[in-house]
Amino acid sequence: MSKAPEAAQKALDGAFAGGEALAAPSANLATERDRNAETTMVDMSTSSAETQRATYVPRATPKKGFDFFFRHASRASAWFVLVLLAGIMLSMIVGGWPAFREMGIGFLTSSVWDTQNDQYGAWPAIVGTLITALIALVIGVPLSLGIAIFLTQLAPPWFKRPVSTAIELLAAVPSIIYGMWGLFVFVPLFAKYVQQPVNSIVEGMPIVGTLFKSASPSGLGILTAGFILAFMIIPFIASITRDMIDQIPTVLRESAYGIGATTWEVVNHVLIPQAGVAIIGAVMLGLGRALGETMAVTFVVGNANRLSASLLDPGSTIASRIANEFNEAIGLQLHALIALGCILFFVTFVVLVIARLLVARVKRY
Amino acid sequence: MLTPPSSSPQVVNENAPVRIAVKNLDFFYGENKALKNINLDFKDRHITALIGPSGCGKSTLLRIFNRICSLYPEQRAVGEILLDGYNILGPNVDVNELRSRVGMVFQKPTPFPMSIYDNVAFGIRLYEKPAKSELDGRVEAALRRAALWDEVKDKLKSSGMGLSGGQQQRLCIARTIAQQPEVILFDEPTSALDPISTGKIEDLLEEMRHDFTIAIVTHNMQQAARISQYTAFMYLGEVIEFASTNTIFLAPEKEQTLDYVTGRFG
Repeated sequence: MSKAPEAAQKALDGAFAGGEALAAPSANLATERDRNAETTMVDMSTSSAETQRATYVPRATPKKGFDFFFRHASRASAWFVLVLLAGIMLSMIVGGWPAFREMGIGFLTSSVWDTQNDQYGAWPAIVGTLITALIALVIGVPLSLGIAIFLTQLAPPWFKRPVSTAIELLAAVPSIIYGMWGLFVFVPLFAKYVQQPVNSIVEGMPIVGTLFKSASPSGLGILTAGFILAFMIIPFIASITRDMIDQIPTVLRESAYGIGATTWEVVNHVLIPQAGVAIIGAVMLGLGRALGETMAVTFVVGNANRLSASLLDPGSTIASRIANEFNEAIGLQLHALIALGCILFFVTFVVLVIARLLVARVKRY
Repeated sequence: MLTPPSSSPQVVNENAPVRIAVKNLDFFYGENKALKNINLDFKDRHITALIGPSGCGKSTLLRIFNRICSLYPEQRAVGEILLDGYNILGPNVDVNELRSRVGMVFQKPTPFPMSIYDNVAFGIRLYEKPAKSELDGRVEAALRRAALWDEVKDKLKSSGMGLSGGQQQRLCIARTIAQQPEVILFDEPTSALDPISTGKIEDLLEEMRHDFTIAIVTHNMQQAARISQYTAFMYLGEVIEFASTNTIFLAPEKEQTLDYVTGRFG
């Protein structure tokens, strides 16, 4: 019965012994090298038969100081990330704590955001964040996959180049540009050609009417923000997915075609599953951006403090609310905004964990 | 000179019908002419080996038989390839249907990212919707034909990627057999495998030739001598000599062929 701990102790001892054995030569390395150098010199003067070997000049001793510095500098860089993360997290929690304490669980579930009476609830912003990100994925992922598949499987070479470049350029466009374009170009068009016609169609319909009727068809709203976010994440998802599909060996693709599969069957059953984990990773990267995107969303989401059942009504996201109010916030409002940031942090973290779990599940194939 | 093994399978049935007839075939990679005026007959239920130094066009030729080359717009074949008298290079050919009749096994094993069972069932499901029990039967039959059943019967639901290289290649053969093609093309099927796996695949090929017309590209001349009944020696995009395997290896007509099979060049 007591054998297990004994064995563990033994293994531990062994590990220590091994560690010592490992450490010893590295400490003696310099002297060892010196000794080698000496022997070589001796060889050179005594034995003419070994002239060939004697011409070998030992490498000049590397600058030990530099190597020491390099190793510790890289270690410090790694630790810096951890310290940074912990620092941000801690200051968010400390900053947001008064709001959490004042509002209690109500901060998460309440829809009131009343600066006059210092009553704050995060629910509309949380829902707005999740729904805009979800809309962005629903629109963006199929489009991105379509782009990636077309570019890797179907596009003639003369067309591939400009489209690839365009995607990379889109990824480089700053979010404020997306916001401006969204507000001045997309929003009026959306109001005129989508919201108003949709309003007249869904008027009075149950469920659909609630979901898609806008109280004031201004073009601003949750759905608009979802569209803009979709445009913003498409370049990321599309270009990563394209790279991943490109890395699949040609012979796999050929053998899928080789048993008579159509392009759709090859893509759907072989290429997408083969690149599966990477595609999920790309989608999660896009989702992360959609959740945290601030500027573009603030422009087009409408910044309403209440929660509407309709996707076409104005709303707000966590990031947009913080951006809107941060300038003038004082006292409890400021704490409430920091607490919002804390929640965003947490939501993003949860999404990341879910992504990891998904990836681990898919990896079996 | 190589001596074919005594228990030689090189029994040639002179009266076997021609399954694939290649007539005046030229092939281009863009501007580059890779095959020049190829004329070959592939006999029904025989193994025909294509040998020759790297770059001679043997794989290129093989890849025309199931139109894999059509995936690449810059590649183009001119001439005729008659499969049972029907020109597969014609304009109205359904390439997907053709590929289900002319299966192909590649140099590297290419299991699909799905379970062993689904790998074999994949090709069947593309064209038919058999009942579960029938599908089970056909998957098992194909795996048995590929001499893989005993090794995988307890893990049909696990990934095909988890098998060893040789097993993966037999899985690919099972996948091809399951579609019940008439012709099977092998593009250096053993060049990525160890000798034991290679032996298994060669045994398999001998078995299979009673049911399928087989064309195999190989760099291994002993392999060609061991398993094929006909051999074509190709060089620089042309067929130098085409005859029964015994003739090619024992008494070739052309000096070039003799030099190649005796290892003096190539």
